Amino acid sequence: MGSHGIKDQVAIVGMGCTRFAEHWDKSLDDLIVEAAGDTFASAGVTKDDVDAYWFGTAQSGMSGITLARPLQLEGKPVTRVENYCTTGSEALRAAAYAVASGAYDVAMAVGAEKVKDSGYQGLNAYPIPNDGTARTLTAAAMFSMVAPAYGKKYGVSEDELSEVLARISWKNHQNGARNPRAQFRKEVSTETICASPRVAGRLGVFDCAGVADGAAAAIVVRAEDAHRYTDKPIYIKALSFAAGSGSGLIDPGYDYTWFPECALAAEDAYRQAGITDPRGQLAMAEVHDCFTPTELVLMEDLGFCARGTAWKEVLAGTFDRTGELPINPDGGLKSFGHPVGASGLRMFFEAWLQLRGEATPERQIETDRKLALTHNLGGYPGEMVSFVSVVGTELG
Amino acid sequence: MRGIVSVAGYVPYRRLQRSAVAQVFGNGGGKGSRAVASHDEDTTTMGVEAARLALRAAPTVAPDGLWFATATPAYLDKTNATAIHAALRLPAEVPAFDFGGALRSGVGAVVSALRAEGSGTTLVVLADMRDGMPTSADESAGGDGAAALVVGDDGPGHPAIAEYLGGASLTDEFLDRWRTVGDRRSKTWEERFGENRYVALGEQAWASALKTSGVTAEEIDKVVVTGMHARSTKALGRKLGVKPESLVDDLSATVGQTGSAHVGLMLASILEQSEPGQLVALVALADGADVLVFRATPALADWSPSDSVADQIAGGADLPYGKFLTWRGMVTPEPPRRPEPQRVSSTAAWRNEDWKYGFVGSKDRSSEAVHLPPSRISMKGGAVDDMEPIGRADSVATIATYTIDRMAYSPSPPIVFAVVDFDGGGRFPVELTDVEPDSVEIGDRVTMTFRKLFTADGIHDYFWKAKPLRAGAAE
Repeated sequence: MGSHGIKDQVAIVGMGCTRFAEHWDKSLDDLIVEAAGDTFASAGVTKDDVDAYWFGTAQSGMSGITLARPLQLEGKPVTRVENYCTTGSEALRAAAYAVASGAYDVAMAVGAEKVKDSGYQGLNAYPIPNDGTARTLTAAAMFSMVAPAYGKKYGVSEDELSEVLARISWKNHQNGARNPRAQFRKEVSTETICASPRVAGRLGVFDCAGVADGAAAAIVVRAEDAHRYTDKPIYIKALSFAAGSGSGLIDPGYDYTWFPECALAAEDAYRQAGITDPRGQLAMAEVHDCFTPTELVLMEDLGFCARGTAWKEVLAGTFDRTGELPINPDGGLKSFGHPVGASGLRMFFEAWLQLRGEATPERQIETDRKLALTHNLGGYPGEMVSFVSVVGTELG
Repeated sequence: MRGIVSVAGYVPYRRLQRSAVAQVFGNGGGKGSRAVASHDEDTTTMGVEAARLALRAAPTVAPDGLWFATATPAYLDKTNATAIHAALRLPAEVPAFDFGGALRSGVGAVVSALRAEGSGTTLVVLADMRDGMPTSADESAGGDGAAALVVGDDGPGHPAIAEYLGGASLTDEFLDRWRTVGDRRSKTWEERFGENRYVALGEQAWASALKTSGVTAEEIDKVVVTGMHARSTKALGRKLGVKPESLVDDLSATVGQTGSAHVGLMLASILEQSEPGQLVALVALADGADVLVFRATPALADWSPSDSVADQIAGGADLPYGKFLTWRGMVTPEPPRRPEPQRVSSTAAWRNEDWKYGFVGSKDRSSEAVHLPPSRISMKGGAVDDMEPIGRADSVATIATYTIDRMAYSPSPPIVFAVVDFDGGGRFPVELTDVEPDSVEIGDRVTMTFRKLFTADGIHDYFWKAKPLRAGAAE
């Protein structure tokens, strides 16, 4: 028994990602065709060269047919996966394991979501018949409970906390403004952020992820085959996943200042990848900043700083694009947008660009480090699934 | 000897100041206030709250039957008393019946229970929500509320606090007030006709009741005349021949006339203020006249209300008239731009009856971890199928953290929501009600209350919420 990982066994050799936006004029099929086409081209393959497909969508379609039909895949094994907001990461995890197992030579993960056809703002879960006792809060409200709990535990005043959360939003907007694929490409002042209308608890509009349509995809092959497809493969160092039991919601011991599932997944990922000092070893990290307090506590859950200190590090600029450890250099969920099924793969796409030196010059991270982390979560405080990956440019 | 073993009134938290009506419309309204059921309350939920209070004040009582009377039932065809039965966790063998439709059904259920000597202990629950068109007399004079009476034969474990001495019921078919099925508005005949009938019927029934009870009018210590026909109740009060100080406040100025519930609410209010040995009478005018005469027993001295009507009246908070009209469906404001909730699954609700209606979780026998909702496998230690049921409806809890959701769907946004930890173990994330959004603090104490979360496809979604523990309520 044990979580052994597949370090250096699998490489990403091609990726694509649409712009994330309110694509009123594009269907789910359009987004899939665009992201998949870019990915085939990136790897220099055709759809027929891919042996198996995993398609992640949270609620834009059911079954592998949702991918097979627009791409006209003939007789391929195509599987739909869903795991809350980690859906895209799960598609890649399945594809990578399939290749590592030897079952397939070339596998593809595609994540896509068309959320802007619902007529409502925000994300809305597909209703499952139930006894009517389940809470009906928005995700914003569930995550908003983190901020006061964190402030109380670590003695951060409400004003200080507002400044910290605004700084996170400001940073992600700074990064998104420089990214041609981001949903929101505008810098926003901390004053504007703080003055935005409240959505839930103390969270305002600018504390919440953008809601966008989009798609992203990746092709993976065995590491030894990688150079047949690209000169600059990105090797998978760790893929870790943890699902909570949901007991945080009903356990008086849970204090809403951290996400145990994320800490577990990070610990496992670092062990798989052999990382001992994430803050000192990673070139960058993409984390699941669905709401600003989420990014705050993730800095601690992922081991980027000690418990109770993330708020100071945020204010010190540690996680800025030009800081010690850039977090969400592509703008994150906040300004890149969050088409649920695509987001996990979008995070890999940023690691792919940055580690290969292919981000546009004004936003390319200058670093000698060879590793990047992606973190993707789904659910709510107390009831969460969490994914952490580490990827790198070199074997060993 | 048969009588009242326990009694409780339930007055919802919100008040409409009648002056608010004229401020909006330029006319209507009046003096004082009326009680207003919250948007998440109906006659069934208010009935549950009243029944919980009455049973809490008589902890040794196990009712043999449950009768629920209302002129404003949440469902037709389907029995409403069954939801009350489930919320009270009464055994399946205890029958639950509705007395429906008419204003007189409230007093009718009480009279029937009092007359059924030797039939065991009956929990009689009365509830009503009185509507009227904006600016109407009914809108202002009406009130929302509930009451519950435990009626039974005096005995060990169920001592009567008020002995039923006797009464009288006169029935007459005449049209004073009527409402056809589906109508929001009651209609009335010329007021003086009703007065003519009610005062005559009331005088006759009063005389008859005094005779069967063996008491005189001068001996009566407390009496009240209830009914929706205000002119008659006032006129009859003057003709009863009782000492002037014996006529007690009928709660018109504070709660309003709560229709089929008012008889019970008044009995609760009067008995809460009575001394052992005192004579108490009640006259109800609805399609006839019903008179009930009681003598408070020595057991009254050992009985105390769980949350007195007086405390509940004093503990209310005002509601803007616009909210009142919205909650009553008289105006429709812009709904939240979120999908409306889907209807509750009948099968899932039935499987989870104890949880949904009784707020019963499970407690792991080995780790003692409390699971809300119940779980088969423990979150601490992983024991399988080794849990016992644990009710938390009557437990007090403390707010661990909270939030206000301004985006989620609610019949009356915003949703105020808290994570609460129960005394004795157990945590549950739960919606708060009867609360001012900006007043919530970590550490606040809350109690559970049975509410209606929403209605979809005509199905009411009943479940529990938490409300602030207020002074007066027993902790």
